[in-house]
Amino acid sequence: MKVRVLVSFKESVLDPQGQAVKNALLTLGYDFIEDVRQGKIFELELKDMSREKIEEMIPEISHKVLSNPIIEKFEWEVID
Amino acid sequence: MRFGVVVFPGSNCDHDTLYALRDVTNQESFFLWHKEHDLKDADCIVLPGGFSYGDYLRSGAIARFSPLMQQVKEFALSGGLVLGICNGFQVLLELGLLPGAMLRNKNLKFLCQYVPIRIENTETPFTNRGKPGQVLHIPIAHFDGNYYTDPENLKKIHQNQQVVFRYANPDGSLSSAANVNGSMDSIAGLLNEQKNVMGMMPHPERASDLLLGSTDGQIIFESIIHYLKNDR
Repeated sequence: MKVRVLVSFKESVLDPQGQAVKNALLTLGYDFIEDVRQGKIFELELKDMSREKIEEMIPEISHKVLSNPIIEKFEWEVID
Repeated sequence: MRFGVVVFPGSNCDHDTLYALRDVTNQESFFLWHKEHDLKDADCIVLPGGFSYGDYLRSGAIARFSPLMQQVKEFALSGGLVLGICNGFQVLLELGLLPGAMLRNKNLKFLCQYVPIRIENTETPFTNRGKPGQVLHIPIAHFDGNYYTDPENLKKIHQNQQVVFRYANPDGSLSSAANVNGSMDSIAGLLNEQKNVMGMMPHPERASDLLLGSTDGQIIFESIIHYLKNDR
């Protein structure tokens, strides 16, 4: 089974890289861009395990390792 | 005094730090490989600058899981002196020994330059040889030094006088331009609540010998030695 975890900055935290990308897009004339937030994607290949175990472990590792909860938030989904 | 300098894969200021401690201040100093489990009776642990684990995931994020770091954490929680320089500061934040986190520098540039920093608190094991308000010239070299914490924590940090250094102008005044990386309240160096753990982005070991252009960094090492000899 495959799980995808998306880590991005909390709304309250300024994302200077996202801002730089936004400015580049606006410079190129894509004036419909309102805002850009940049994040990271992790794709985790899992051994056979129960849905309950996945629901317990993925938030745990996302909180403990994949994100820094002081500045980042995460969401996750089963993709395969 | 015995100084242990922790070496991670990717540390690159470990030798400079050892030189500053052993050859300039004449202290017994040694490396501690991150896979070891013994702090070898060190009186002070120094986490040097560099790019531990290539800065993968986040700066300092993987180094904190090293076996030795569990010993360092226990040592710190029982009152032992721990100094984190640059990447070492980032490791201490990730480890939770210091509050907050580092964001990318506000201008998205890797900054490698001398900066004036102002001493905010001299009643610490790391700055007792300095004068309040004294301006030190010490180089920085980092990409992620833009200090961030939530407003509630920031208030607590100030109330408890945990801010040790702030980026300043050469005359000691603060300004947005002097705050080179965009840190909250220009914070360049920070203590834990118990004041036995300090993280700082500037590199005191790179300002420890006149040959390097400044000896201001010596104040930090001399303060630690003074504290260990007299106040511990």
